[in-house]
Amino acid sequence: MLKYILKRLTIMGVTLWIIITLTFVLMVSVPGSPFNDQDRNTNDIVQENLERHYNLDKPYIIQYFLYLKSIITFDFGPSIKQSNHTVNDLLSRGFPISFELGMVSIVIAVISGVILGIFAALKHNGIIDYAAMTIAVLGISIPNFVLATLLIQKFAVDSNMLPTARWESVAHMILPIIALATGPMAIIARLTRSTMLEVLTQDYIKMARAKGLSPWKIIVKHALKNALMPVVTIMGTLLAGILTGTFVIEKIFAIPGMGRYFIESINHRDYPVIMGTTVFYSAFLICMLFLVDIAYGLLDPRIKIHKHDGDRP
Amino acid sequence: MNILEVNHLHVSFSTYGGTVEAVRGINLQLEKGETLAIVGESGCGKSVTANAIMRLIPQPPGRITDGSILFKGQNLVDQSERTMRHIRGRDISMIFQDPMTALNPTLTIGTQLMEGLKQHKAVSKEEARQKALDMLRLVGIPNPKERLTQYPHQFSGGMRQRVVIAMALICEPEILIADEPTTALDVTIQAQIIELFERIQRETGVAIILITHDLGVVAKVADRIAVMYAGQIIEKGTKRDIFYHAEHPYTLGLLKSVPRLDIKEARLTPIDGTPPDLFSPPKGCSFAPRCPYAMEVCHEVPPIQTELEQNHHVYCWLQDKRGKALMAQTATKK
Ligand SMILES: Nc1ncnc2c1ncn2[C@@H]1O[C@H](COP(=O)(O)OP(=O)(O)OP(=O)(O)O)[C@@H](O)[C@H]1O
Ligand SMILES: [Mg+2]
Repeated sequence: MLKYILKRLTIMGVTLWIIITLTFVLMVSVPGSPFNDQDRNTNDIVQENLERHYNLDKPYIIQYFLYLKSIITFDFGPSIKQSNHTVNDLLSRGFPISFELGMVSIVIAVISGVILGIFAALKHNGIIDYAAMTIAVLGISIPNFVLATLLIQKFAVDSNMLPTARWESVAHMILPIIALATGPMAIIARLTRSTMLEVLTQDYIKMARAKGLSPWKIIVKHALKNALMPVVTIMGTLLAGILTGTFVIEKIFAIPGMGRYFIESINHRDYPVIMGTTVFYSAFLICMLFLVDIAYGLLDPRIKIHKHDGDRP
Repeated sequence: MNILEVNHLHVSFSTYGGTVEAVRGINLQLEKGETLAIVGESGCGKSVTANAIMRLIPQPPGRITDGSILFKGQNLVDQSERTMRHIRGRDISMIFQDPMTALNPTLTIGTQLMEGLKQHKAVSKEEARQKALDMLRLVGIPNPKERLTQYPHQFSGGMRQRVVIAMALICEPEILIADEPTTALDVTIQAQIIELFERIQRETGVAIILITHDLGVVAKVADRIAVMYAGQIIEKGTKRDIFYHAEHPYTLGLLKSVPRLDIKEARLTPIDGTPPDLFSPPKGCSFAPRCPYAMEVCHEVPPIQTELEQNHHVYCWLQDKRGKALMAQTATKK
C-alpha cells in the first residue's frame, strides 16, 4: 500500500511538472506582455524598469527556473496587475468559494444522479424511467452556461424568487449549483441506470433473492456497490468538468471565486497569477483523481493495492 | 409423507415472439430426506421448474398459469411475496449452476454466509459467525477462520461452489434445490461436490432436488428420477426403474446416448431430431415427432399416465393397455 502510494505520488509530481512546463511555454509564446496596455501610455523606460522588476527581461530559461522555485516554495509573489495583492492572497480568498461551489455541486450531482438512476432502473421502462431519462438527456445536452442563463431568466428575473448573482447566502447558491450540477447529475443517472440494470440480472442477485433477503436489502447491499463502480471510474472526468464549469459559472453569476482570477489573469497576461492558479488547479485535480483511485480500490476488493497479492488460486 | 408436491404445474413466458409454454403440467413428489433428480436435455424446462418452486420466475415475462406447489400442505403458488421471503433460504434453498457468478464479488464470504442466517433467525453476531464457521467446515473448506474474511475472487471454482452450498444450508432448510451444481466445474471437482451432497444429506437429512443432464451424477446420488422432455415429465420412478426398466422411448434414447463402461458398444446412439418448438407445442405427445415407435394416436392425443409399477410412471401410449394391445395386434398380423 505504502509502496503504491509513493509510486503514485511520484507520478503525480511528474505530471504536475509537465503541466507547469507546458503552461510556461504557452505563456511566453502568447504575444503580449502585462505592460503594453495601449491606454496606460507608459514610456519605454518605465516599461523596462517594470520588466526588470518582475524579471521579465531575463532569458526564458532563467525565468523558467524562477517559476519553478516560486512553485516549490509556494510563493508566487505579488500579482502584476493588482500589485497590492500576492498571488497567495488571491488563491486563499478565491479557493474556498470555488471549492464550496464545486464540492456542493458534485455532491448533489452524485446523490441525485445515483438516486435517479436507481429508480429508473427499478421502474425499468415505466413512467419514472422515461421521465428520469428525459431529464438526463436534457441535462447532458444543455450546456451549463445556457442552463445558467435560462435559470436566471426564469427564477431571478421573471419571478424574482432568487437572486441573480453573487455569493452571499444560501439563496445565492441555488441557481449556480443547479447550473453546475445538472450535467454531471444527468451523466451519473444514465450510467447508474445502465449498470444497475446489468447488475440486477447477475446470478448473485438471484442468489440473494433465493436467500430470502428483502428487495431493499438486495439493492443496497448487493446491487448498489457493484453498480457504483463505473460511476466512481468516471468521477475523475466529472471532477475535471465541474472544475472548468466553475470558471464559466463564476463568471455568469459574478461569484468571486478562483475562476475569475484565472480568466482575468490570462486576459491581462498577469504571469504570476496565471502560474499560481494553473498550478493550484492542476495539483487539486491530480489529488482528487488520486483519491478517486483509492476509493475505487476500497470499493472493489478485486483491485489490489497491497504489496503482496493475496493467495489467488 | 411428501414434503413437496407439485401438481399440474404450468409456467409460461410471454415474449415478443408469442407465449412460450416452458412447463406444461408437471407432477412431482419429494419425500423427506430423499434425492430426486430431474434430468432432461437443455431447454426442457428444468430450471423453470426449480425457479417456480422458489417462486423466483421473473414476472413479467413469466407466470405460473396453473397448478399447485404444496410445501407441507401449504400452496406456494398462492403465497404473498412476503411469505415467500420467509420460506426462501429458510425452508427451501437453491444453488445455481455457475459458482463463479453466484457470489457477490464485493462482499466477503463471511458476510454472504451470515446474511441469510441473520435474515431468518434471531442470532447474535458471534453465533452467526460460529454457525458460518461450522458450515464451512461441513462443506470441507480448510482454514475457515481466515476464509471468512476473504472475497470470492480468492477462491477457486470448486471452493466457491462449496461456499454456495454452505450458504444454502446455513439455515438448515428442509429442501435444497440444486440447479446443475456441477456443470460448470471440471470433472474431478464434480465428483467431490457430488460426494459432498451425499455426505450432507446423510448428516443433515435435507431433501434434495438435483437438476442435471449428467446421468452419471444421477446414477450416483439419486433415489428417484424424473425425466423431462419439452416442459413435461415423461417418465419417473426409482433409480432402478429408470436405469434398468425404463420404458419411454426418450428415456431409452437418453440412456443409450451416454457412454457406458460395462457394455462394449461401438458407438453412442444420439436421439435424432430436435425438441419441439415450445411456442406451439405438438397436439399429441411432444416426443412423437422424434419417436421411432410413434403411432397415429401419439401425434393426436397427449399420452396419459400409466403406472408400470408402484411409483414408476410413464407418459407414453406404447405403455398404455390399449397401445400394448394394438402392438400385439400388428405384431401378429405381420
Ligand atoms: N425469462 C424467460 N423468458 C422467456 N423464455 C424463457 C425464460 N426463461 C426460460 N424460458 C424458456 O423456457 C424454456 C426452458 O428453459 P429452462 O431454463 O428451464 O431450460 P433448462 O432445462 O434449465 O435448460 P438447461 O439445461 O440449458 O439449463 C426455454 O425454452 C426458454 O426459452
Ligand atoms: Mg437450466
